[in-house]
Amino acid sequence: MKMTGSKILLECLRLEGVETVFGFPGGTVINIYDDLVDSPIHHILTRHEQAAVHAADGYARATGKVGVVIATSGPGATNTVTGIATAYMDSVPLVVITGQVPTPLIGNDAFQEADIVGITRPITKHNYLVKDIQDLCRIIKEAFFIARTGRPGPVLIDFPKDIQVTSANFDYPETVSLPGYKPTYSGNLRQVEKAVKMILAAKHPVIYVGGGANTPDAARWLHQLAETLEIPLTTTLMGMGAFPKKHPLSLGMLGMHGTYYANMAVTEADLLVAVGARFDDRVTGSVPHFAPHAKIIHIDIDPTSIKKNVRVDLPIVGDLHDVLEKIVTQLAEFPEEMKRAREETASWRSRIAAWKESHPVRYTPSSLVIKPQFVIEKLRELAPDDAIITTEVGQHQMWTAQFFDFSRPRTFLTSGGLGTMGFGLPAALGAQVAFPERRVIDISGDGSFQMNSQELATLVQFQLPVKIVILNNNYLGMVRQWQQLFFQRRYSQTVLEVPIDFVKLAEAYGAVGFSVSRPDEVEETIRRAFDVPGPVIMEFKVEREENVVPMVPAGKALNEMVLSS
Amino acid sequence: MKHIISVLVENEFGVLARVAGLFSGRGFNIESLSVAPTLDPAISRMTIVTHGDERILEQINKQLHKLINTIRVIDFTGQDRVEREMALIKVSAEEDTRAEVLRIADIFRAKVVDVAPRCYTIEVTGTPGKVEAIVELLKPMGIRELVRTGPVVLGRGPKVVEK
Repeated sequence: MKMTGSKILLECLRLEGVETVFGFPGGTVINIYDDLVDSPIHHILTRHEQAAVHAADGYARATGKVGVVIATSGPGATNTVTGIATAYMDSVPLVVITGQVPTPLIGNDAFQEADIVGITRPITKHNYLVKDIQDLCRIIKEAFFIARTGRPGPVLIDFPKDIQVTSANFDYPETVSLPGYKPTYSGNLRQVEKAVKMILAAKHPVIYVGGGANTPDAARWLHQLAETLEIPLTTTLMGMGAFPKKHPLSLGMLGMHGTYYANMAVTEADLLVAVGARFDDRVTGSVPHFAPHAKIIHIDIDPTSIKKNVRVDLPIVGDLHDVLEKIVTQLAEFPEEMKRAREETASWRSRIAAWKESHPVRYTPSSLVIKPQFVIEKLRELAPDDAIITTEVGQHQMWTAQFFDFSRPRTFLTSGGLGTMGFGLPAALGAQVAFPERRVIDISGDGSFQMNSQELATLVQFQLPVKIVILNNNYLGMVRQWQQLFFQRRYSQTVLEVPIDFVKLAEAYGAVGFSVSRPDEVEETIRRAFDVPGPVIMEFKVEREENVVPMVPAGKALNEMVLSS
Repeated sequence: MKHIISVLVENEFGVLARVAGLFSGRGFNIESLSVAPTLDPAISRMTIVTHGDERILEQINKQLHKLINTIRVIDFTGQDRVEREMALIKVSAEEDTRAEVLRIADIFRAKVVDVAPRCYTIEVTGTPGKVEAIVELLKPMGIRELVRTGPVVLGRGPKVVEK
């Protein structure tokens, strides 16, 4: 059957199981938007293309499905760049479709032309320019395949306007042929055998879990591995939720703002089992002093992550589910050794327990002024276990990581790699679209919130009941903290001088706003916000110069933490 | 340490930019790069000369593999190989130096491919070392312009690089 390019696109999306797309129309995608009117695909109109990508990203992180974005050429396309880079750094599967000027005009500096394929080459897993309608179906099929398989990531398809109106036979391929793309899923058995021996021999083992393990499948096997041998486990920011934080074996987060006990455990460990993590500089601190006594097993689907930043004693390339299952299954063949290993590591666990006891995650409470950590604790109490929490980037993000007890995969959506302020609100929007019945909360600061606050309009339009928490300190708090600690309190451009009336802002968009400044009002405000059927801003005027601790200053070793401000 | 790498890629739009962008984006060096289609016109073969320590080379290798359009990556360093590059050298040929230029060309089994009243263009093929050597010898005669292809490489013996 003959169809136009734009109809073919929508039909392909439908066959890929896409129910919702996020986007913003414009001249070079106007045909696609016209065909959307008759399509079963649901479209969420954000108020900025960056937000459309973050929303699709939030949708993808919460569901594990591929998020889809449509944007126009030129500025529409360039506005997607930060969103794409954010998804790329955190390995989130997206397909971003950008309009492009008609093929005869490409390269002529036409109106709203930008070489988005060139611009996004280093921040996509792969990208395409559709030059011939005959290639369209194959490209879309490959784009979804590449986005969701192996180490997931964003794929961009640049789709010129003239090809959208050209007709061709619709024939969606069943399979892809990509001779250069064959991710390794199955972990090498000999490597697994070695890993089992190393794990059984370790006296001070620690499991270090990254975002790769933040899926229900991997998390289940991770749980088994940790529990059968009683191995303490720490997660990165991205790994949060892969293992319940309240679990006795959990060490919480490691790294720059990690817990004292996680950082001490990694420093003293004799075996580090890295699972779907990539040894980011915010995790390792000074690399020569990172886990100095440990042998390192690194399990990851992406071979480039292995030995990139740190030396590795045993690499295992493969899907975490597969590798962890193999390890757990092989371990089961050594019940005696497991028993012995559990006994021999008992003293290690009591050492860690002592660190937990002496240096818990804590803050100094106040009855006069709202402590930001107190708000997070109250949210944790009042939000259900399956609540999805998103954050922006900065102090509030770290406090959320420290004080919220995540217990399920895919419940903490945060920009870990790129560190994108303005991520949280649109990501919450996308997560709420995916799960209309679940509680979705964006924990934000007053600085970050203003980077995508226009998305309040989208929340109201689609009646998405996202609850927005603004921990307002009238500062760009994280930068201010660095200026306080390392730049003699010279607060250069970090004071947000204009007090914003966030209640009025919410109301201007047709949402509900609350603003409180007394600690005894916090709980009541959260309850009231949760009772409102639509989107709500809760502004908490918090202690202005509260710092995030512990803190490992940049370039220092993990055990050189600043413990209080 | 210097490494010579062959990369089989799908002969598609933008592949060269992906490879070049990978090297520049990650701070790897490219000393030379040559690329052309193989017997199968759907596949191109790149020969890249780069340098770095073992860790960097491992990353280059893996990162090249990670590109969707990359089919194979072979590091020929330390392997038995045939390595050749070509240079075209436009060299002054004054009355007093002309004979010497021809003599040098002859010794290197280079060819004079263009003759002008006071200038010869010489084509030389060989290992990078040989090209280096003739360039050094011709320098005193006055090299006006020089272009080199960068080396291409094949493994010795019957074994071939398959896609």
